[in-house]
Amino acid sequence: MKNKLFYILEWADNTLILGQRLSEWCGHGPVLEQDIALTNIALDHLGCARNLYTYAAEIFNGMDAVDRSECFASVAFQRNVKEGHQADEDDLAFLRDAWDFRNVLLVEQPNTDWAYTVARAFLFDAFNYYYLTAMCNSVDERLAGIASKSLKEATYHLRWSSEWVIRLGDGTEESKTRIVEAIANLWPFTGELFTATEVDTFVEGLGVDFAALKPLWEQKVAEIFDEATLEVPTGVWMQSGGKTGTHSENLGFVLAEMQFMQRAYPNMEW
Amino acid sequence: MVDAIHGDFEQKIANDITIEPRDTMPDDYRKTLIRQISQHAHSEIVGMLPEGNWVTRAPSLRRKAVLLAKIQDEGGHGLYLYSAAETLGVTRDELLDQLHSGKAKYSSIFNYPSLTWADMGAIGWLVDGAAIMNQVPLCRASYGPYARAMVRICKEESFHQRQGFEIMHVLAKGTEVQKKMAQDALNRWWWPALMMFGPHDSDSTNTEQSMKWRIKRISNDDLRRKFVDVTVEQTKVLGLTVPDKDLMWNAETGHYDFGAINWAEFWNVVKGNGPCNKQRLEARKAAWQKGEWVREAAMAHAEKRKARKEALVAA
Ligand SMILES: [Fe+2]
Ligand SMILES: [Fe+2]
Repeated sequence: MKNKLFYILEWADNTLILGQRLSEWCGHGPVLEQDIALTNIALDHLGCARNLYTYAAEIFNGMDAVDRSECFASVAFQRNVKEGHQADEDDLAFLRDAWDFRNVLLVEQPNTDWAYTVARAFLFDAFNYYYLTAMCNSVDERLAGIASKSLKEATYHLRWSSEWVIRLGDGTEESKTRIVEAIANLWPFTGELFTATEVDTFVEGLGVDFAALKPLWEQKVAEIFDEATLEVPTGVWMQSGGKTGTHSENLGFVLAEMQFMQRAYPNMEW
Repeated sequence: MVDAIHGDFEQKIANDITIEPRDTMPDDYRKTLIRQISQHAHSEIVGMLPEGNWVTRAPSLRRKAVLLAKIQDEGGHGLYLYSAAETLGVTRDELLDQLHSGKAKYSSIFNYPSLTWADMGAIGWLVDGAAIMNQVPLCRASYGPYARAMVRICKEESFHQRQGFEIMHVLAKGTEVQKKMAQDALNRWWWPALMMFGPHDSDSTNTEQSMKWRIKRISNDDLRRKFVDVTVEQTKVLGLTVPDKDLMWNAETGHYDFGAINWAEFWNVVKGNGPCNKQRLEARKAAWQKGEWVREAAMAHAEKRKARKEALVAA
């Protein structure tokens, strides 16, 4: 059960953290239409995360006491478990510390500018599209259902970010310089998307074959980069660790901001 | 000839027939509308800032989602209104330039800071609540595109007001500290919300002409009184206290009497001396300036695309 829980959290944390990052743009977009589009995408990710956390919480609550006490290190979470509280979506989002988050490093990278935001979105969306397509065949009906609902949204996300990669790559000199830099700096975080953790290998049939997604992703990236007149980076050393809880320095700050209310005013209804 | 056109306009106004973009209209009518609609549009997008301030810190995932959706609506309102203004022969970019240069105004309420989570409740409940009072009569404004934009906007505003009231309700019925947070937000937002209806009728320079043109249908003071009557009752439901020691039910008039508004504060905030005037304008300008290369890239790409298509057709 623990593996299933952690597998769901890998997925859920990706969408929550990316949604959180995108929502930082709210009110500050380069043009009103894009402000609205980004908020839309942030809302989709958030909605997906909520469905997954709700399911994950049910699984957590169904586990035996020993297992439950071993899942998450945070004191606040442990206290709730000890006091017999039923965990819910908010506990999972707001009471875990960074080392219990399982999102890939890519999604926690800062917005920096529009080029980084677009590049991060595209590299993730292309992965997410094939990931969700595969998850639609999960033996777990609930996960398959969430995947098929999210796939519709992810299809739009991928179209949106592809179009922007093309616009920036094949736009002005400045936009090209910026998108090239953004891609170069985010590329080292793409390897992790396709490496299976121990958790991933334990949930066969329920999860996906990550390595099998890689050629599909590479093809999509090559196709869009070609249209954008961009080069696909090669021979880049890949960073990893997010999926097993070893994050970049960024995540701690994302969580400090996101979890502030629940930490300062614990155990209240909002 | 001129008189005939002018007469036509007057007759339409008198008969409550909407004025449409192609209709002839007096210059002052056009100018008044551009000023009012753009001011309204600017308010929508500047209004995204105090609430955007709490999106990343919302206390639950559900609240985060509702708040994001609400702010997104405000962006949409901005779009409708800029489009309505554009039908009067001015571009969105021109209007934004006026906002950024400080020439155009926006609702002063957004120059107050959002300091706690309860402010998300108070803004939805009071600020959107006051906006609804102001805006419902505008659904019957004489200028067609404006009136139609307002119909769409008003439909969404009631959701905004409700989500704000719901936040306040949960806080007011929550723990001691949550109740304190709710009361503190009410204390800070109550008077600025009353100021949203503008100066007293006796001091309002624009009201009379706007009423004649049927852009405005109910006066500032009448709207404010209605807002107080409704909102005081809601405050009782919450179990919170309106920060006005002069507030009292007047059985004779059938309305609440309320204390004097601090007009010196009002005019100072209008003039730029509010707690957040500088920050709000800076944030808007920064977003616009940082977005410049993005907009240029999008335009350059669109042109390249068009040129390639034309070359293909020619070949
Ligand atoms: Fe609005
Ligand atoms: Fe609103």
